Amino acid sequence: MGKGINLIKLVDVSKAFGPQVVLDHLDMEVPERAITAIIGPSGEGKSVLLKHMIGLLTPDSGRVLVDGENITVMGRGELNRVREKFGMLFQNAALFDSMTVFENVAFPLQEKTNLSRGEIRDRVHDALENVGLRGIDEKYPDELSGGMKKRVALARALLLDPKIILFDEPTTGLDPIISRAINRLIRDVHDRFDFTGVIVTHEVPEIFDLCDNVAMLYKGKILMAGPPEDFRSTDDPLVKQFILGELEGPLRLI
Amino acid sequence: MFSLAENIGKLTLSLLREMGRMMTFLLYSIYVIFSSPGKLFAIFKQIHFIGAKSFFVIFLTASFTGMVLGLQGYYTLRKFGSEGLLGSVVALSLIRELGPVLSALMVTGRAGSAITAEIGIMRITEQIDALEAMALEPFKYLISPKILAAIITLPLLCSIFDVVGIYGGYVVGVKLLGVNPGAYFNEMEKGVEWKDIYSGLVKSLSFGLIISWICCYKGFYAGHGAEGVSRATTSAVVMSSVTVLVWDYFLTSVLM
Repeated sequence: MGKGINLIKLVDVSKAFGPQVVLDHLDMEVPERAITAIIGPSGEGKSVLLKHMIGLLTPDSGRVLVDGENITVMGRGELNRVREKFGMLFQNAALFDSMTVFENVAFPLQEKTNLSRGEIRDRVHDALENVGLRGIDEKYPDELSGGMKKRVALARALLLDPKIILFDEPTTGLDPIISRAINRLIRDVHDRFDFTGVIVTHEVPEIFDLCDNVAMLYKGKILMAGPPEDFRSTDDPLVKQFILGELEGPLRLI
Repeated sequence: MFSLAENIGKLTLSLLREMGRMMTFLLYSIYVIFSSPGKLFAIFKQIHFIGAKSFFVIFLTASFTGMVLGLQGYYTLRKFGSEGLLGSVVALSLIRELGPVLSALMVTGRAGSAITAEIGIMRITEQIDALEAMALEPFKYLISPKILAAIITLPLLCSIFDVVGIYGGYVVGVKLLGVNPGAYFNEMEKGVEWKDIYSGLVKSLSFGLIISWICCYKGFYAGHGAEGVSRATTSAVVMSSVTVLVWDYFLTSVLM
């Protein structure tokens, strides 16, 4: 499968918002065609890390390499060319709230391809069916439940066959059954389309069944990275405490 | 003493940074307008929103402004026995000054605030990030149609303002206070030159740019949450109105 190549590479990346240092000389690698999960306590900057990978945020120092190209020095035009490789699922789905579900999913197709109306309609319906949604074309995002919104956003992200998909907390705030359904959906879609996935989550250990690699972010650095088995059998007290969700231990959040 | 100087320095720096960011925003918007202006339909939609939907409020403001000008002008001119000049007084004040400025202020209040709120909400709900993540240029979809539409509509609204205001003055001056109707329009024709009309239109065109620029900018860089959007909207309206008035002074002194 060629999982050896690293598609995204962060080298010595630092980012601070005012006095608050979020990423501190962080190094990370995302292997191609695998699903990598970024875990860590809330508020540690996991979403910030994800946004660096697609150039929505630029680091104060360090480099972000996508497919070997340093995106931190790119202008808008060049960056857009690299972003063509990406799909992204945002924490709050980020659907365009003044458009219907159909218009939302169709939007990138209308803007980027020369497909006819009929072709667009077919592809949008296929994409919605892929995520198990039917008959909600004319609804507006605020009429949908949280889980449905995320599925619509997933359909929108999948439509242009991206090479890389970034998921920002795809299951946070959803009930356990929907969460599991979405996780399985991600896995299924991954097996079918073979993209490189990065998932930000704090749902451990559930995520271990879904991903191929895990990286734990703590205090602005990657504390540990490797396959889920390593995390399950680790002796590192910090990682262990986080995975088991114990209050007592070296990790103090409150 | 030292901390005072430090604070002044900090304030100056952040002010300079903000101004730089605003300038970059404007230049980039202009670049996008020329390089990929977006769909005609999107521009028409904005023209409808900024222009057509402002018609009623412009009509109302214009008629009462014209009427009060008729009233004030009449009583002032009567002191010098030259009520006949009423037409040219009303028309010149409207065309040169009140038409462009008042229509700009009304558009700021009605459409400018809505622009900031719309873009600001898109910012805080990550919709702008979503556009960028899809490699779609947010300026093309959100900013440039609004700026273009404002530049097109404001001179039109201003012209409507002028005409309606002139008739408002006519109603009060001629119908109520008995100024000779022939004199009203005759003096107007003699008093108003092409340069007056031209300067009024140039003004309202630049006001269109100022309003849409500031309101889009404030929304685009709105802070966090509902409060961030409300703060952005308030400051967009205040800043646009003040900038319109300040710019008006400088433009008048140049166009005189």
